[in-house]
Amino acid sequence: MIDATLSFEEAMEKYDPVLGFEVHVELNTKTKMFSSAPNVFGDEPNTNVNEVDLGMPGVLPVVNRTAIESSIKIGLALNCKIAETCRFARKNYFYPDTPKNFQTSQYDEPIAYDGHLDIELSDGTVFRVEIERAHMEEDAGKLTHMGGAAGRIQGADYSLVDYNRSGVPLVEIVTKPIQGAGSRAPELAKAYVAAVREIVKNLGVSDAKMERGNVRCDANVSLRPHGRERFGIRSETKNVNSLRAVEHAVRYEIQRHAAVLDSGEPVIQETRHWHEDTRSTTSGRAKSDADDYRYFPEPDLVPIVASREWVEELRATLPEPPAERRKRLQADWGYSDLEFRDVVNAGVMDEIEETIAAGATATVARKWWMGEIVGRAKNADVDPGQLGVKAETIVELNKMVEAGKINNKMAAEVLDGVLTGEGTPAEIVEKRGLAVVSDDGPLLEAIDAALAAQPGVADKIRGGKVQAIGAIVGGVMKATRGQADANRVRELILEKLGVQA
Amino acid sequence: MTELNSTDSAALIRLSAAELARKLAAGEVTSVEITQAYLDRITAVDGGPRGVNAFLHVNTEEALAVAAEVDAIRAAGGTAAAELHELAGVPIAVKDLIVTVGQPTTAGSKILEGWHSPYDATVVKRLRDAKMPILGKTNLDEFAMGSSTEHSAYGPTRNPWDLERIPGGSGGGSAAAVAAFEAPLALGTDTGGSIRQPGAVTGTVGVKPTYGSVSRYGAIAMASSLDQIGPVSRTVLDSALLHQVIGGHDPHDSTSLPDALEDLVAAARLGNVDGMKIGIIKELHGEGYQAGVENRFNESLELLKQAGAEIVEVSCPNFKYALGAYYLIMPSEASSNLAKFDGVRYGLRVLPEQGPLTIERVMGATRAAGFGDEVKRRIILGTYALSAGYYDAYYGSAQKVRTLIQRDFEAAFARADVLISPTAPTTAFKLGEKLNDPLAMYLNDVATIPANMAGVPGLSLPGGLADEDGLPVGIQLLAPARQDARLYRVGAVLEQLLEAQWGGPLLDRAPSLTDSLPAVAAAGAPSNHGGSH
Repeated sequence: MIDATLSFEEAMEKYDPVLGFEVHVELNTKTKMFSSAPNVFGDEPNTNVNEVDLGMPGVLPVVNRTAIESSIKIGLALNCKIAETCRFARKNYFYPDTPKNFQTSQYDEPIAYDGHLDIELSDGTVFRVEIERAHMEEDAGKLTHMGGAAGRIQGADYSLVDYNRSGVPLVEIVTKPIQGAGSRAPELAKAYVAAVREIVKNLGVSDAKMERGNVRCDANVSLRPHGRERFGIRSETKNVNSLRAVEHAVRYEIQRHAAVLDSGEPVIQETRHWHEDTRSTTSGRAKSDADDYRYFPEPDLVPIVASREWVEELRATLPEPPAERRKRLQADWGYSDLEFRDVVNAGVMDEIEETIAAGATATVARKWWMGEIVGRAKNADVDPGQLGVKAETIVELNKMVEAGKINNKMAAEVLDGVLTGEGTPAEIVEKRGLAVVSDDGPLLEAIDAALAAQPGVADKIRGGKVQAIGAIVGGVMKATRGQADANRVRELILEKLGVQA
Repeated sequence: MTELNSTDSAALIRLSAAELARKLAAGEVTSVEITQAYLDRITAVDGGPRGVNAFLHVNTEEALAVAAEVDAIRAAGGTAAAELHELAGVPIAVKDLIVTVGQPTTAGSKILEGWHSPYDATVVKRLRDAKMPILGKTNLDEFAMGSSTEHSAYGPTRNPWDLERIPGGSGGGSAAAVAAFEAPLALGTDTGGSIRQPGAVTGTVGVKPTYGSVSRYGAIAMASSLDQIGPVSRTVLDSALLHQVIGGHDPHDSTSLPDALEDLVAAARLGNVDGMKIGIIKELHGEGYQAGVENRFNESLELLKQAGAEIVEVSCPNFKYALGAYYLIMPSEASSNLAKFDGVRYGLRVLPEQGPLTIERVMGATRAAGFGDEVKRRIILGTYALSAGYYDAYYGSAQKVRTLIQRDFEAAFARADVLISPTAPTTAFKLGEKLNDPLAMYLNDVATIPANMAGVPGLSLPGGLADEDGLPVGIQLLAPARQDARLYRVGAVLEQLLEAQWGGPLLDRAPSLTDSLPAVAAAGAPSNHGGSH
């Protein structure tokens, strides 16, 4: 059944959205949260498991110290307080992806709490999202439903379970209710999840690949009439696993809630499933706050004590926060807002930084990455960084151009050669016999020929329309098969015509 | 290899582990001879309708192979022989709650019938490292829930002193095996008294170490915050020797203590209690305790006083809440610990007879068929106690009681080095007598539960036979956490004084169980039970 929706604009006229996010981050520790089994994605089912992950009789958990460190780092990066001591609890429920039939998770004693994250929106405003808590828990196994339609549990003949993911360390980041975003709510949703993803990637604590489920988002949405204090009833859309989907799911739920409220019906508190194909959600199970997980402190684990010294040691290892780094780089490089945003969106900020470090100017680095490499990456359908262009290569190419050994067109050709593995720029120039014609004799001959071929243009230039020179330069370049230094050609033409540039 | 005649064999199985170890080291006997003698004894007394039924599985082949290996190493001499553990070649039985590779582990439950663990418990690894032949797996109340071993899905174990009576529980199998000379040593687990109470009613020694002193990794959990593996033996020294093998830090158990073990064997060999203060716990004797139990208890106090100890009385006013709080915490943790038995990954799987085969229904049918009544009772209790809205009143309050009990112990240990009480209020009751009265059954553990609630160590040793029924009485010693050595020190002295009175070990007066194997020392023992007066 397709739910009714209002248009987004109409929904916004009538209602004020309140958002909340639970973002699960899979940590990239070598081993699992409570066992020594490898934490590796994509292996044969049920190979990265031991007796602990399978919940065999008699097993006991042992906390992964690196996972605790990663969790503290995430907490610090989210401006949270770090608990001096905290405990794990058992969340009891029967489900076959959970081998012990309880999940070991933090409940009322999260390791990090009371933080915030400032999110920059496209209009340049900064929106502060308050973080309620970041807590540690273990991931469940993965169920694959067989024989039914579209891999869903309804109508399946049987289900297969892969426990490789069982026990993978997770940090769940929970926001406080986010109010006041208004019509920017979908954008904020996407930007928030993107910021969290960027932070954990920057910290190096997660592979942060949403398509692999390293970062998973549950989005809570409720609406209330403008001016009302009390929150409306929320829905929780589960496992929205791409940034675009986060934006779309929040937008859809706002539209759906608005239609329900308009009809006079109450919104049902429930989980919703996001469907990328139809860009809509469907009802999952009814969820009430009275779900009884019979939490109690995990008796098999001792409390985690995070001494202030340890926390400060970890704080000292934190990399520069992504937002601050961006500000610093933009100022250092002198890019305009638009230029910098393009660089960020193209995903070549790190590469440009490396290229500058290797000796290029900011302008040159941007010219190469944005002008040459991004386009090639797009054609190859890979990230620019994955093309394998070294900063040193760019610096070398640029030096050749600046020294007048080759021109820009040749440089692009050399870059292609580098990408296909022909050798270093110098080797390729040598091999292909590329060299700018630097003897003025042949150039002057070609210039004479070009001017003779286009007498009208020569007159225009003499008359002061210097920009018309391009046609003559083009003729010379054609005649020299591109081997001339265009700047030199220009100079010689102007000299010849007695015009000051 | 020399063939032992039946008299030699009968004498051999009655030796303590320490004596067996000495004979092995001296080359007077081989491990194969010892192991075979115990296996023969198991064959003779354990099976059949009137058998002890201490063993759920007998590990004949592997036990003899390990014994032969030890003998070969010893025969070859050299470094390998010199490096053999003191107890190498001394056989042992393991409670079937502790997982073992190569033998089934059932936890006394139908739900694990036929299950083989893919890994060894840490304590089992340590037994293997010490090259102690494992004779087999001993019977228990299902998932260690009970005080009589009658809740085993594989039939009750019988008390070697009187086959119509219970051997205590949950570790009745381990205690009965040791009491019936089917093993010199055994491992037990103690959540509320499951090592000490069976020790008391079978005339054997049982120790619940300090919580965290022995790794729990591989002991199928009942109540994680209370469970502790410990030794079962016929002498105090033997328990110290075994505790030393299995104890010490284990990185697989987060609750295992980091400290190195004290020298428990040295403590057992110290031989004096001069100047020690021993506290009688006012709340753990007197009303509700059988007269014969009280008499033997008072005699032990008298002996300790004569040996130079100072007897003081201490009060632990919150102990009266211990049983109630225990029956909230234990089932709460058990309800969660036992959730994993669902038929999905291992063990029994039962499909519902009618209706759709959904996972919930298969889990339900499996648990309905696989768990016995006592287990279900505790799962239901625990699920209820942890439920939203009840948690604070039940689990939360029980945890507060736990703190109060710890404070009682602290106050008591400020006045006494060791505390003393009867281990159990009564001697062994008849099979079936309390089976349908859970509360009466639970009261058996009234004196043993406080130690688990506070994590302190406790030892039970034989205190003689009750006048009215001629059955063994247990004396319990309690020490502060990490002071297990004190238990062995006092226990060994008391044992020596008692045996001097009896003219030999108490178990010499137990029935032989086989016509061909008469009780060895019956002739020389005094005819009245348990005392000099």
